[in-house]
Amino acid sequence: MKLYCLSGHPTLPCNVLKFKSTTVMLDCGLDMTSTLNFLPLPLVQSPRLSNLPGWSLKDGNAFLDKELKECSGHVFVDSVPEFCLPETELIDLSTVDVILISNYHCMMALPYITEHTGFTGTVYATEPTVQIGRLLMEELVNFIERVPKAQSASLWKNKDIQRLLPSPLKDAVEVSTWRRCYTMQEVNSALSKIQLVGYSQKIELFGAVQVTPLSSGYALGSSNWIIQSHYEKVSYVSGSSLLTTHPQPMDQASLKNSDVLILTGLTQIPTANPDGMVGEFCSNLALTVRNGGNVLVPCYPSGVIYDLLECLYQYIDSAGLSSIPFYFISPVANSSLEFSQIFAEWLCHNKQTKVYLPEPPFPHAELIQTNKLKHYPSIHGDFSNDFRQPCVVFTGHPSLRFGDVVHFMELWGKSSLNTVIFTEPDFSYLEALAPYQPLAMKCIYCPIDTRLNFIQVSKLLKEVQPLHVVCPEQYTQPPPAQSHRMNLMIDCQPPAMSYRRAEVLALPFKRRYEKIEIMPELADSLVPMEIKPGVSLATVSAVLHTKDNKHVLQPPPRPAQPTGGKKRKRASDDIPDCKVLKPLLSGSIPVDQFVQTLEKHGFSDIKVEDTAKGHIVLLQEAETLIQIEEDSTHIICDNDEMLRVRLRDLVLKFLQKF
Amino acid sequence: MDPECSRLLPALCAVLADPRQPVADDTCLEKLLDWFTTVTEAGSSLLLLQENPCLVELLFRVLKSQDLSSRILSFSLRLAGIFAAQEDCFQYLQQGELLPMLFGEVGPLGGAAWTAPAVRSGWIQGLRTLAQHPSALRFLAACGAVDTIFSLQGDSSLFVASAAGQLLVHILDLAMRGPAEGRCSPQACDWPACAQKIVCHIEDSLCSIATPQVTQALNVLTTVFGHCHGLWTQGLWVRLSPLVARLLEKDPVPASHSLVDLLLSVARSSVPSSDRGLWETLAQTLSHLSPTQAGPLALGILKLQDCPQALRTQAFGVLLQPLACVLEAAAQAPGPPGLLGGAAGDPMTVDVLLCSKSACVGLLCCALTHLGLLQPLPQRPSPWPQAPLLGAAVTVLRLCSGSVAPTSDVGGRLCAILVGCGRVQRAALDFLGALSQGAGPQESVMQVFSVLLEYLMSPESSSMVLKKAFQATLRWLLSSPKTPGCCDLDPRTQLFLRELLPVLQKRLCSPCWEVRDSGLEFLTQMTRHWGGQAGFRQALLASEVPELTKQLLQDPESYVRASAVTATGQLSSWGLLAAPASPERPGAQQKSLLVELLHVLCADSEGFPRRAVMQVFTEWLRDGHADVAEDPERFVARVLQAASRDQDWEVRAQGLELALVFLGRLLGPRGSHCPCAVALPEAAPPGTLAQALPEAAPPGTLAQALQVLCRVQLFEFAFRALFDCDRPVAQKSCDLLLFLRAKAAPCGSPQEAGDSPNVASVEATLQRWQAGEQGQPLGYLEPGAVMAVLRSIDLEGLRDTLAESSDHVEKSPRSLLQDMLAAVGVLGENEADCY
Repeated sequence: MKLYCLSGHPTLPCNVLKFKSTTVMLDCGLDMTSTLNFLPLPLVQSPRLSNLPGWSLKDGNAFLDKELKECSGHVFVDSVPEFCLPETELIDLSTVDVILISNYHCMMALPYITEHTGFTGTVYATEPTVQIGRLLMEELVNFIERVPKAQSASLWKNKDIQRLLPSPLKDAVEVSTWRRCYTMQEVNSALSKIQLVGYSQKIELFGAVQVTPLSSGYALGSSNWIIQSHYEKVSYVSGSSLLTTHPQPMDQASLKNSDVLILTGLTQIPTANPDGMVGEFCSNLALTVRNGGNVLVPCYPSGVIYDLLECLYQYIDSAGLSSIPFYFISPVANSSLEFSQIFAEWLCHNKQTKVYLPEPPFPHAELIQTNKLKHYPSIHGDFSNDFRQPCVVFTGHPSLRFGDVVHFMELWGKSSLNTVIFTEPDFSYLEALAPYQPLAMKCIYCPIDTRLNFIQVSKLLKEVQPLHVVCPEQYTQPPPAQSHRMNLMIDCQPPAMSYRRAEVLALPFKRRYEKIEIMPELADSLVPMEIKPGVSLATVSAVLHTKDNKHVLQPPPRPAQPTGGKKRKRASDDIPDCKVLKPLLSGSIPVDQFVQTLEKHGFSDIKVEDTAKGHIVLLQEAETLIQIEEDSTHIICDNDEMLRVRLRDLVLKFLQKF
Repeated sequence: MDPECSRLLPALCAVLADPRQPVADDTCLEKLLDWFTTVTEAGSSLLLLQENPCLVELLFRVLKSQDLSSRILSFSLRLAGIFAAQEDCFQYLQQGELLPMLFGEVGPLGGAAWTAPAVRSGWIQGLRTLAQHPSALRFLAACGAVDTIFSLQGDSSLFVASAAGQLLVHILDLAMRGPAEGRCSPQACDWPACAQKIVCHIEDSLCSIATPQVTQALNVLTTVFGHCHGLWTQGLWVRLSPLVARLLEKDPVPASHSLVDLLLSVARSSVPSSDRGLWETLAQTLSHLSPTQAGPLALGILKLQDCPQALRTQAFGVLLQPLACVLEAAAQAPGPPGLLGGAAGDPMTVDVLLCSKSACVGLLCCALTHLGLLQPLPQRPSPWPQAPLLGAAVTVLRLCSGSVAPTSDVGGRLCAILVGCGRVQRAALDFLGALSQGAGPQESVMQVFSVLLEYLMSPESSSMVLKKAFQATLRWLLSSPKTPGCCDLDPRTQLFLRELLPVLQKRLCSPCWEVRDSGLEFLTQMTRHWGGQAGFRQALLASEVPELTKQLLQDPESYVRASAVTATGQLSSWGLLAAPASPERPGAQQKSLLVELLHVLCADSEGFPRRAVMQVFTEWLRDGHADVAEDPERFVARVLQAASRDQDWEVRAQGLELALVFLGRLLGPRGSHCPCAVALPEAAPPGTLAQALPEAAPPGTLAQALQVLCRVQLFEFAFRALFDCDRPVAQKSCDLLLFLRAKAAPCGSPQEAGDSPNVASVEATLQRWQAGEQGQPLGYLEPGAVMAVLRSIDLEGLRDTLAESSDHVEKSPRSLLQDMLAAVGVLGENEADCY
């Protein structure tokens, strides 16, 4: 059993598991942090961004000035943003049988894999995962395609040139694998390969293994996966949460008794408690708006935004913010808000019960009804007519490199009354802000990451007790910035096995058993013999029939009766050679009695030596040695076959035959 | 005894002794016993029994009855004990052999009833009351009660077991009080047999290998040394101390909690004056017990008034040990000598700190709490290591927040255990607050402010931790030194304030109401103390805190609204609320706070904000707040009108408080009898209340004052309150009117019209009010009529009636007896209403 690790990002995993005869890809995350190296794509012509000076080498060589621009001491690539793809060379991806998706954030690389690698298999995911995943992809494609950029920079990627660039470009990894965003056509094609599954549904893969999605409590439709055969069980835990937010709670019990537990997608901010961060978010939002400033919340169109809107729903009246407009701007804003209300069966119990009242499970419906929350596909059109300040705007993309957020950063960045509040933990907020410097607006970092923290992981592992834990290397040591925090790492026994990008891991357990069925008529013919209380044995002569990874013992075909003596016997390949088998032996040889028997039969001068595995009986006179061990007996004598046979018969007297 | 009670008693005794008529209510029996105790304390028990033979009869019948409830049996045992406490009565009962039958082996002791804990408890309490004289001691010895008490020490009922221990102490004390009093010989031969028996039992228990027995013995001894003050206790200690010391040789030390209690009890008694060996035992105990067990002992030792310095040093070391270990573990580099003068931390303490989260948290919380308790005591160790303790508290807080990066292995593990631990954070913040009473080196104080700011800013701080952080910050701020030669805040504090106010601002916007509430409380306190300091005023007015505070008057949570009322009231008192109109809405007229608060008083659906408004208004009136001083008469009239309609009695009571302040301002404070003596315009501060009185009026004219009171309808308010269904309101009103009458009486009244129709109508209305019909208004009152009415009402009588508790009628013994009889249907009707 092997694990091929194709992604180095612990929360955007992409691993391939070879288990029995199947090749299973676990998630398909797309590392978008690479976009931080690019200049933002402004929706409206930005004189500031378009007039940035080109970057030149120290010696004044300016051959890169078309590709690289300098802004507040940082250098950015002036090109269509590119993403860092999972490793494609480590394993032939056309051999992947299935892809299991755990949540909508972990499927963003899917079109790259399904459309460009010869992949012919099936993708499994839950319905909300697919629907919201589609929205995320649609938004991404829309953000990038609506600001067409003629230029595609590639010169800087040359290894010799990259070395000369300033950080962080110099240190960017795998730049040769960076790719432009896919198209909507590719998205549609990729999504058409997905088969929808429900929690606890058992899916057979070629009869060899069974995969089952379980609720992971992190997002709408998010799943952990069980991949198991009859005797082996691998759990894949990715992006799980034990907090009470909107999704169905995490199913922990089904993860018990795993041989291997692959653990990814833990919280990216282990030191921040989501509750505290929500408090911080609300306080800063209220403070800004009360002072007449605007609040910008760069966010994804689904996920934490639902919880934030719910908190604000409860908070705005108490904070005297009832008259402040909240805007949600995304090409998929409408679909996201509506989808969230229709996936009742994937929601937590409280929200499910609301549906029966009937009430919308999320209170943002009421916010929309009362005109407190308004949503628009983009800043163009209706929004510009309705726009009123001070206000709160939720919009993407959290990287601040594309989407409507770029416009608001340019619009509001110059006033210290305004605030940008970062709630998504995927991007470093300082790096995200770099091309907007100098910035007067206030910046608040309140990352809300509800995924498991290390304390919860430690409790989970105690509860489910897997034999082995496998995780990204980042989880086996404290974060570099807090190297003293020994509690910010996975602490389990035996220590977790770690992996990094482009590494192949041999998982530490061997398959020892395979299930074989016995046909009823064959079972009928068996004659078990009890060799000790509770243990019976029977010899079985049968044909092992293997098809679709299922093994069946069938009665052996009767040897064809010779129809006449004259006919020549025809050797048939189908009929096994049914020789008369030697009887099987069982039992043990009590050394004292054996020695007595030998003496009775005329052997003298017998010595017995104890060995680590059993005994050696020395017949000194006959220069013969009998080794008696747990599962074998050897008679070593000097070319005296008669003697050997005599001794063999004496040994056999102590054993049972069947 | 009341003859009526005597009359009812036989019937009651018959009911009690009748198993077919069970007494449903236990409290009745308790009340009955209380009453008999009062009766016997006041007179002869013997006489009582002779006059009421039904009582003895009851006891006999109880003994004979087979199927009586355990509670009646228990009651009878206790009742017999009350009677037999007097020696003559004891003899009387002995003659009838009643006592052996009740308390001896032939009594309930051997029967099925004994299985009920109530009976065993009654037996013990009966004996406890009975054992007051030498005859009782002989009786106890004769009936073998002491052995039974020994066995009851291990009773399954904790109440019974504890009472048995206390009874033993009482018997021992009684036995030693007699012939052995004044002797302190440890020789058992001198002691009465009963005492010897008990002491031998204690000795045996102390030597037992069973921990529960050792615990029992230690608990008994703890009570002995805590409650018995005879010289004999010194002898007892000399005799038993070797056995106690031997307990320390065991590992683990058995019953360590009880042992600590005992040693502290002995140390607080007269024993140390005679036995210096005690100090040695204490020192040994300190070193034998685990760090967690030794903490309470160390604190106890340090609280002792007189104890050797070496022992105090050792005890202080025990308390400091956990913090010393933390300091040592978190130290980046070898620094100055820490808490223990450079000595290394005890490895045992380190083991406890690292063995588990609960042990670590428990030990640290105890150490912090103990040191916090010790800090303000006069007998706290000297020199007090203020600087290292500050360092330790700051380090613990930093470990909990994860903001310190210890390099040592122990430090790293401690950090992992403590990070995010709210319990330790709360204890450390409390301790840090306590340390504000002492000064510290500048660097340490800077660290304190920095860690407090870190906690106040951190989104990870829970609401309770924030509350403690606010409290500690306030204590440190208020204790910060003043700049010499200048009455304003020192520059460092001002700098801190500038950092603090934005944090406070954010906290006031928190979605968690507890946080908003703590923030407002903090602001109120800070303003109360520093409202006059220019530095504070400047910083506060430059921030948005006053504006935010005002907005919180509309908070959805009533507690927050109440705190906002108090805070705005305080800010306004110091003129800190008059923020300039916001630039966004330059034309918007700021609504006066007075109007807003009046609105809260009239419209808020919850009591807390309305109470807070009344308190603020009272304070404003007392201090002569500018808004009130403009037209105090109108102010008082509006407030009283709103308060009189309030559903909440505390608001109405506070209204009377405000009225009293108003009266004080008009007529002079309580104690000075005649308003003529008070020169009103001079007495009141300029620009305040006194201006309300017409300038032309001759100073101190009572009539004018009464006119004012009538105009503000204070009398209607007070008269309504006089008949308020809530007693505290009525009492307060009664006091107010008495005060007014006393003020007015010596001056007489020129316009009094005792017989005028106005007076008659007022009296008629008041009578209706008294009857509960409070709907009818009183109308405008003339001062003369008011004075006449005031004189006609029996205010003193009313005050006395109100001073009685509301159930004084129902609490009489007669009522009790009637109730008990009525409950079982012996009386025809329920004459008393006992609810």
